[in-house]
Amino acid sequence: MKKQTKTEEMTFEAAFAHLEEIVGKLEEGDLPLDDALALFEQGQKLAAFCGAKLDEAELVVQKLAASGAVEPFDLEEAH
Amino acid sequence: MRQMNLFSSPAPMTPMTVGDLTRYIREMFEVDYRLQDVWVEGEVSGVTRHASGHVYFTLKDAAAQIACVMWKTSAPTYGAHVVHGGQILAHGKVSVYETRGQYQLYVDRVQPRGRGDLHAQFEWLKATLEAEGLFAPERKRVLPEFPHRIGVVTSPTGAVIRDMCNILARRWPLVEVLLAPTQVQGQDAPPHIVAALDALYARDDLDLIIVARGGGSLEDLWAFNDERVARKIAESPVPVVSGVGHETDFTIADFVADLRAPTPSAAAELTTPDRAERAAQLAALRTALASALTDDLRTRRAALQAQTRALSHLSPQVRLANFRQRVDDLTAQAALSALHFLQLRHARLIGTVARLDALSPLAVLQRGYAVVRRDGQLVRSIAQVSSGDRLSVRVADGEFAVTANP
Repeated sequence: MKKQTKTEEMTFEAAFAHLEEIVGKLEEGDLPLDDALALFEQGQKLAAFCGAKLDEAELVVQKLAASGAVEPFDLEEAH
Repeated sequence: MRQMNLFSSPAPMTPMTVGDLTRYIREMFEVDYRLQDVWVEGEVSGVTRHASGHVYFTLKDAAAQIACVMWKTSAPTYGAHVVHGGQILAHGKVSVYETRGQYQLYVDRVQPRGRGDLHAQFEWLKATLEAEGLFAPERKRVLPEFPHRIGVVTSPTGAVIRDMCNILARRWPLVEVLLAPTQVQGQDAPPHIVAALDALYARDDLDLIIVARGGGSLEDLWAFNDERVARKIAESPVPVVSGVGHETDFTIADFVADLRAPTPSAAAELTTPDRAERAAQLAALRTALASALTDDLRTRRAALQAQTRALSHLSPQVRLANFRQRVDDLTAQAALSALHFLQLRHARLIGTVARLDALSPLAVLQRGYAVVRRDGQLVRSIAQVSSGDRLSVRVADGEFAVTANP
């Protein structure tokens, strides 16, 4: 359990990597039962987080104005 | 008119030096206004780019050739057109390089002639940048597996940015796109592309940059063969992916980029992970997570059962059960022994009874004897009996009374 940061702040890949790590530890299988259960629970949360990220993400498109400011970019503009 | 004398023969008293003569010849060239402002068309050959920055070459056609020099002040702007085999229109003045006694064209402007020249420029720039190591494989950086923010240098209008965003939205909507809009075609395009790149380089939140342009003619794509654009791409602090034109188009930008994508759409695909693939991996990880725990619990349960068994073997319950069984066994044995004993006794009893029967007076009576009693006393002698005494006679099947008759 390296990171105890809130999953909301995590990136997809960090959560995904952490999940892989947890599965690896559980598969090795020489943990105290309490730790194994805690890891499992954490793994489930991470999996849910990753799934939600994949399902809910929407592409953000912005453009850099001449002033250097970042502005929203409407793809309809490209027509 | 003294000068005229110098050219006269016989030999004068004070001949000209070679330097004087050469300077004279140079001045002759330089007073001719036509030679001081001349446009000449020819094919470039024998190009030497000196370390000083000056460019030396020869301009020729079928009939003749002329040595040319382009000073380093003109080289950045026009040097790219001066490539071996290239057809150019060169402007400059003709003069003499006195040290070598050679007349030459001092070129200060060049216009490429025809498409063949574009190819030649392309080859020249490619060779130059390659020689500088800008295309070296070890310069190529690995793209991040999960980009968070991608800078895109392309036109803000048209299908390219739309198509790319559609692909990104489908493949990896977790990414953010920052468009640095620019012209991608025409004379002004290279400085605009350079400015767009600079604007993106000034940021520190980008994981990679895509430089893109849709398909078009060689001239349409030419901005991406511009040396300024190529060198600016090489400066990028983050990996650059080029997606210019169609599969078959190769630009200098492609060579200098960290990765060449065959098209803008391919650039969007090559820079992002696939959501469907990741979702499948995630599902597999979820399954692995659940089965890892299940396996773990099963292992623990099996171990627990083994321990329980081992413990039960050592339990007093087992000894008690053994004792209980032993008691049962002994009880059964005892019962059996008792029965045997009784049977034995019974047999013996029967034997005894038989013998008793043999001794019984009743048996004698059966044989016809009788027992006579007087007042309950057995009569064994006549002396016991007087006349008129009442006697009882016992025979096998009963008793009757008699009176003695002496």
